Amino acid sequence: MSEHVTLPDGHIEKQTTTINLGPTHPATHGVFQNVIELDGETIVSAEQTVGYIHRAFEKIAEYRTPYQITTLTDRLNYCSAPLNNFGWHITCERLLGIKIPKRVDYLRIIIMELSRISDHLICNSIVGVDSGAFSGFLYLMQYRELIYEIYEEICGSRLTTNMGRIGGFERNFTNQAFEKLERFIKEWPPVLDEFDNLFIRNRIFIDRTKGVGPISAERALNYGFTGPNLRAAGVDYDVRVHTPYSSYEDFDFTIPVGTTGDCYDRFLVRDQEMRQSMEIIKQAYQKVQEFKGAEAEVFHADVPDFYLPDKKDVYTKMEALIYHFKIIMGETKLPAGEIYSAIEGANGELGFYLITDGGRSPYRLHFRRPCFIYYQAYSELTKGGLLSDAIITMSSLNLIAGELDA
Amino acid sequence: MALSNEIIRHKLTEKFGDQLYDWSEPYGMLTFTSDKDLNLKVLQYLFDEPSLGFQFLTDLCAVHYPNNEGKELAVVYHLHNLRENVRIRYKIFTDIKKPDVFSAYALYSAANWMERETYDFFGVNFVGHPNLKRILNIEEMEYFPLRKEYPLEDQKRTDKDDEMFGRI
Repeated sequence: MSEHVTLPDGHIEKQTTTINLGPTHPATHGVFQNVIELDGETIVSAEQTVGYIHRAFEKIAEYRTPYQITTLTDRLNYCSAPLNNFGWHITCERLLGIKIPKRVDYLRIIIMELSRISDHLICNSIVGVDSGAFSGFLYLMQYRELIYEIYEEICGSRLTTNMGRIGGFERNFTNQAFEKLERFIKEWPPVLDEFDNLFIRNRIFIDRTKGVGPISAERALNYGFTGPNLRAAGVDYDVRVHTPYSSYEDFDFTIPVGTTGDCYDRFLVRDQEMRQSMEIIKQAYQKVQEFKGAEAEVFHADVPDFYLPDKKDVYTKMEALIYHFKIIMGETKLPAGEIYSAIEGANGELGFYLITDGGRSPYRLHFRRPCFIYYQAYSELTKGGLLSDAIITMSSLNLIAGELDA
Repeated sequence: MALSNEIIRHKLTEKFGDQLYDWSEPYGMLTFTSDKDLNLKVLQYLFDEPSLGFQFLTDLCAVHYPNNEGKELAVVYHLHNLRENVRIRYKIFTDIKKPDVFSAYALYSAANWMERETYDFFGVNFVGHPNLKRILNIEEMEYFPLRKEYPLEDQKRTDKDDEMFGRI
């Protein structure tokens, strides 16, 4: 608080107030801080402090074998952990030159699009909460729960999933998983429609978000924006289309783009992306069902050096025992190489820059975290706006503390 | 005409000649190196030249090679031409005793935090950066933790009072 000062007659001194948003503030939705300087209610400057939950993943990764690094990637963007898991697996598979069966690709796509939906629905409903509409949030949360139940059927955990292995999945999808997926396909679209009815043509919501925190396409590109935030500014860059991975080229979908890059456009782009993800899931599920006979049972590629053998085989077969031992003890070496591999994460281009020197663990692993890169634009986005607008801007950027800090 | 690695290489060699070296294409991504004093000139040319148009800075990070005498630290730029969808990787090496590298902040606003992160973990001193201070670690830290001489903490060390952290 600024102190009371007696000013000489006829002299008006400009006074500003400095307030802290965070590190633990309900409006930040994560552990990071904004030091905001206010003139009345107008923001003069905003400086960000990050790093409160920095866990040195890049250092730890240099001491771990590939399958142990998967658990680190869970904790980057913890709202869509499977995307990070598969991003890492795909990086390793590209390094090793493994060919993945189509069914595995399609199963992965189902899970990746489900996690994209679960991430976007959190972001959009939080924008609602921060603009004063709480019920939409609770309504959508039920379906995030259903998505988490699907994860649970597949890998046994919900938030930090550690799903899949290099080469595929640890086990085939159960019938319950497919039943829950069918339930999701059936029940989710009308719920999303109803959510849209609450927001999209709502005068109060439009007034709170339109023209708030805008960014031009040129500035967004210069700031390294990717994902929905870049597309809201009007650039149709999507890694799924530009550099298809995991057989995304087999699917028919469109990339929604906005025009002004403000909070309202970001909301609409995420909303449409959820619908496109739903289309992809439907197509992928249909393709999965078309596999017949032995093909319908495939859930991993044949990579004995990196894919843990079935536990039953470990007890009965010599070869499986050897591979099991080698993988667990970290005796399998990675080939020397250098690769940058990116996937379309929920927040943008999630990249893995991996350098190996022929040892058992990476020589260097760098995560390109979209959140970290676009958060630096925050002070430019909020300058001259109101404090309440700054909070909506923060939530519509979808800042995830885990992805900021790595 | 699609922008291929050969065209990029030809264009760059035309402009810079022998100053760019160590050309390779690991996993299809064109990779090359130059002396560190040249980095802004190369980045500016890649940005401005209409037929190249590498205007998107995807990633910037450093790598530490302790045995590479006099060139211990590598700074790696990943650049992307979004129109043609081509990526390239550009490296410069610097002496760890005098890790001064020109900042790319004027060209890419995105480089601001990426360079701060690189400074924080490797101690690369970006000359011309407006606000070069630590970003993820505490400011009082006196070393650069991602350098190879700092191993992970020994899990069995006993000389530390860990009572408050539940690791007795």
